[in-house]
Amino acid sequence: MKSKEEVITEHDAVIRVDRLTKRFGDFIAVNELSFEVKRGEIFGFLGANGAGKTTAMRMLCGLSLPSSGRATVAGFDVYRQTEQIKRSIGYMSQKFSLYEDLTVKENMRFYGGIYGKTDAFIKEKTNSILDQLRLQKEANKLVGSLPLGWKQKLAFSVAIFHEPRIVFLDEPTGGVDPITRREFWNMIYQAAKTGITIFVTTHYMDEAEYCNRVSIMVDGRIEALDTPKELKKTFAAATMNDVFLKLARKAERSGD
Amino acid sequence: MKQFTSFVKKEFYHIFRDRRTLFILLCMPVVQIVIFGFALTNEVKNSRIAVLDQSNDLSTTAIIHELDASRYFEVQDRLHSQADIESAFRRGKIRMVVVFPQGFREDLDHFNKAQVQLVADASDPNVATTLINYASAVILDYQERVTDDKKLPYSIQTELRMLYNPQQKGAYSFVPGVMAMVLMLVCTMMTAITIVREKELGTMEVLLVSPIQPLKIIIAKAVPYLLLSLVNIASILLLSVFVLDVPVNGSLLLLIAEATLFTITCLVLGLLISSATDSQQTAMFISLTGMFLPTVMLSGFMFPIENMPVALRVISNIVPARWFYAIVRDVMIKGAGIEAVWRETLILLGMTLVLLFLSIRKFKIRLA
Amino acid sequence: MRSLRFLLQKEFRQIFRNPSILRIIFIMPMLQLLVLPLAADYEMKNIKLTVVDEDHSTYSRHLVEKITASGYFTLTGYPASYKSALDEVEADKADIILAIPAHFEKDLVKEDAAKLFIAANAINGVKAGLGSGYLQGIIRDYNREIRMEWIQLPRLSPETSIEVTSSNWFNPLLNYRTFMVPGILVVLVTMVGAFLSSLNIVREKEIGTIEQINVTPIRKYHFILGKLIPFWVLGLLIMTVGFVIARIAYGIIPMGSFLTLYIFAAVYLLAVLGLGLLVSTYTSNQQQAMLISFFLMMIFILLGGLYTSIDSMPEWAQWITKFNPVSYFIDVMRLVILKGSGLRDILRQLLIMGVFAVVLNGWAVVNYRKRN
Repeated sequence: MKSKEEVITEHDAVIRVDRLTKRFGDFIAVNELSFEVKRGEIFGFLGANGAGKTTAMRMLCGLSLPSSGRATVAGFDVYRQTEQIKRSIGYMSQKFSLYEDLTVKENMRFYGGIYGKTDAFIKEKTNSILDQLRLQKEANKLVGSLPLGWKQKLAFSVAIFHEPRIVFLDEPTGGVDPITRREFWNMIYQAAKTGITIFVTTHYMDEAEYCNRVSIMVDGRIEALDTPKELKKTFAAATMNDVFLKLARKAERSGD
Repeated sequence: MKQFTSFVKKEFYHIFRDRRTLFILLCMPVVQIVIFGFALTNEVKNSRIAVLDQSNDLSTTAIIHELDASRYFEVQDRLHSQADIESAFRRGKIRMVVVFPQGFREDLDHFNKAQVQLVADASDPNVATTLINYASAVILDYQERVTDDKKLPYSIQTELRMLYNPQQKGAYSFVPGVMAMVLMLVCTMMTAITIVREKELGTMEVLLVSPIQPLKIIIAKAVPYLLLSLVNIASILLLSVFVLDVPVNGSLLLLIAEATLFTITCLVLGLLISSATDSQQTAMFISLTGMFLPTVMLSGFMFPIENMPVALRVISNIVPARWFYAIVRDVMIKGAGIEAVWRETLILLGMTLVLLFLSIRKFKIRLA
Repeated sequence: MRSLRFLLQKEFRQIFRNPSILRIIFIMPMLQLLVLPLAADYEMKNIKLTVVDEDHSTYSRHLVEKITASGYFTLTGYPASYKSALDEVEADKADIILAIPAHFEKDLVKEDAAKLFIAANAINGVKAGLGSGYLQGIIRDYNREIRMEWIQLPRLSPETSIEVTSSNWFNPLLNYRTFMVPGILVVLVTMVGAFLSSLNIVREKEIGTIEQINVTPIRKYHFILGKLIPFWVLGLLIMTVGFVIARIAYGIIPMGSFLTLYIFAAVYLLAVLGLGLLVSTYTSNQQQAMLISFFLMMIFILLGGLYTSIDSMPEWAQWITKFNPVSYFIDVMRLVILKGSGLRDILRQLLIMGVFAVVLNGWAVVNYRKRN
């Protein structure tokens, strides 16, 4: 049953951001961001290190309160309804945060459970993910013993285990080989097809090509927001990398 | 050499930026000295006692008054029957009950003999024994004053002298112990953990790849703690001399030299521990149970070694703190010189060298 | 509530897979309970006595015999001069000197009074005090014997004497271990409760998995409960292990009821866990957490009455003790195990512990909320 807030149509915005700002003392990390993310979109949130991506994402996940501006995620307000937001989203952080001293199955059971899924659901879903990732033999192995690529794919599956409306991925492909990266993005496509909105931050510019739309943050502001194709046209660049370089020349901040 | 200095500087930065840890490391000896010096004492005084006076006459009142007046006792409760005794103990505050039977004074007057019963809570046996001794002495005193006119023949008088520590201050025996404890904690545990932490975080490998020799890396890690320990030793000595009135009767130079030796022993121990494990928690666990607890229990400063069963006495010989404690105690309090402590010093030195050898070897094996 | 169940499952699994924690839980108590009471014997025996006998009379020899027969002392020397005796003390070969001057026997019989000299190494004040006390006691006894020899006392003795009898309750054998073990049990439980729990929470902070929890719908209080409950259980577990060891190794069986002990321990653990939680909110890495918890625990244990009596402490220290949860538990342990106190007897301590639990946990939760 959908409440007033949850009634959405096919192309409605699941994330709405209006002049969102975050200040740390005198330092403005995120400066009046405004954008929307549509349902089922793969939305790339790009920018160099220190541009403010992670800070912005944390606000949308309900992890940190904005200094000013407004935003809603899955229809819930980021100031007052963070608990509801958390229930509706999935999250995968830079460090993959699966418990290394728990087995594959135990991790899935844990995350399924805390999102309120029934035992039956957990059992079924666990088996299907093990099949998908071909990890049946590793089901009872400690996550710490898995190679990095598998851990990463597993972490993604766990992030969407509870079938959330939106999943936030914070630099999910760090330190992984190109083949695994490709496989990972396949998984992202699959998830998007089922209607999950993907909000992904990265500083690999080639991954931008995989997204439906891309925003590029520079020094706390969004300097560009469009599909990859359009951006390349606008900036007369051959690759997204070049687009970014052209924008980054204007950057005042660099590095973390 | 320049590389080495820059490493040492980096280590100093780590420590100084962690304000909380630094604060505690410097405060610890101070707090311990204050606690040991002013709060803890084995001396028995102000013990709360109860009285069951079934006579209620002049003599019993006088004796009770004497007891209360003495600094050992505080008469807190008056009980009314034998049954009260157990519940008085159960409630926990009373340590001894003095029981006067009925007709105390009459007995004294008619038979020249009367009885008093002391019921002690022997949970703490030493306190019980001491309280009984003190109470007996007070009662004996009273008795002698009452019979003052009749001088007793054949009396042996004993003259008592307390050597080295005429006021029987507890501080004398624990200051060396506190030194050992603090050094063990700071040098062994902190050094071990610092090194293991870098292993755990993965930054150790970065260092190992650098052109500096691995051994120098380790030594560079130990140097700040060495200096920190010297500061601690200094503060302990200053506090002991000026706040606790514990003298440094022997040569200060010798004392500092021995303390430095022990510091190095502890640092090497820390090194050894760090080479044995990759997890901070394990390093901490080994430092605590393997080094710190034995130091506290078996070094002789809290509990006398002679009282321990043979097995423990043997084990205490391999606890470096035991030798250090003996050395410091002798040099500081007895004013002994190197001639008296050369044996212990040699043992300590020997231990250090053996440990150093072991840790270098272990370290090299791990790298190979 | 369901999420709590999953949280607890995960926590327990992680704890039991962690080798260090397991080692600490089982090896520490064994070590402490088996070694510490054996080492911590304050009972004075085998005090090294050296005697300078310049009299060489029957009386002096009798006295020395009597002293050595008492069992408190070991005769380590019989030097010729006081100076040699002092050297022995300096070399730690002797703790106490008894000097019997020449003419001791003659003076006693002819002059009615004689002197003896005792010198004790007072670096260890307790040893010196008790040692000289014993010695003086034996000498007093001997004095009485000599008087008996010489004076035929009539039935009604002219000498007024008050006979003092003593009895030792609760620990008639004056066994120091019986006294120490309950205190050590408290230390064990405290370590698990405060030390390990704070480390555990901080570890998640350090590794970063705490972020992952923050994004989930897990409520903050669920998270905290999930961290505390396992250690609450472990604390009680370690106490049980401790009781078993105490029973097997020392034959210590509580005079009071186990139920009383467990009830108090349950409340105590809540307080002590609160402390661990509090520490974890102030620290960001394991090293800090460890040092701070250790530091606090050391202070609490030292001031808790484990080794030395609280009554002997100065006013200000006794005041501090009132704020020290450990001292209450040590008190209760001793009361229940050695004296058989019941729940009603320890009601006051129980209530105070409850207050501690509320205050510490409340403070910690408030602190924790302020993170964002």
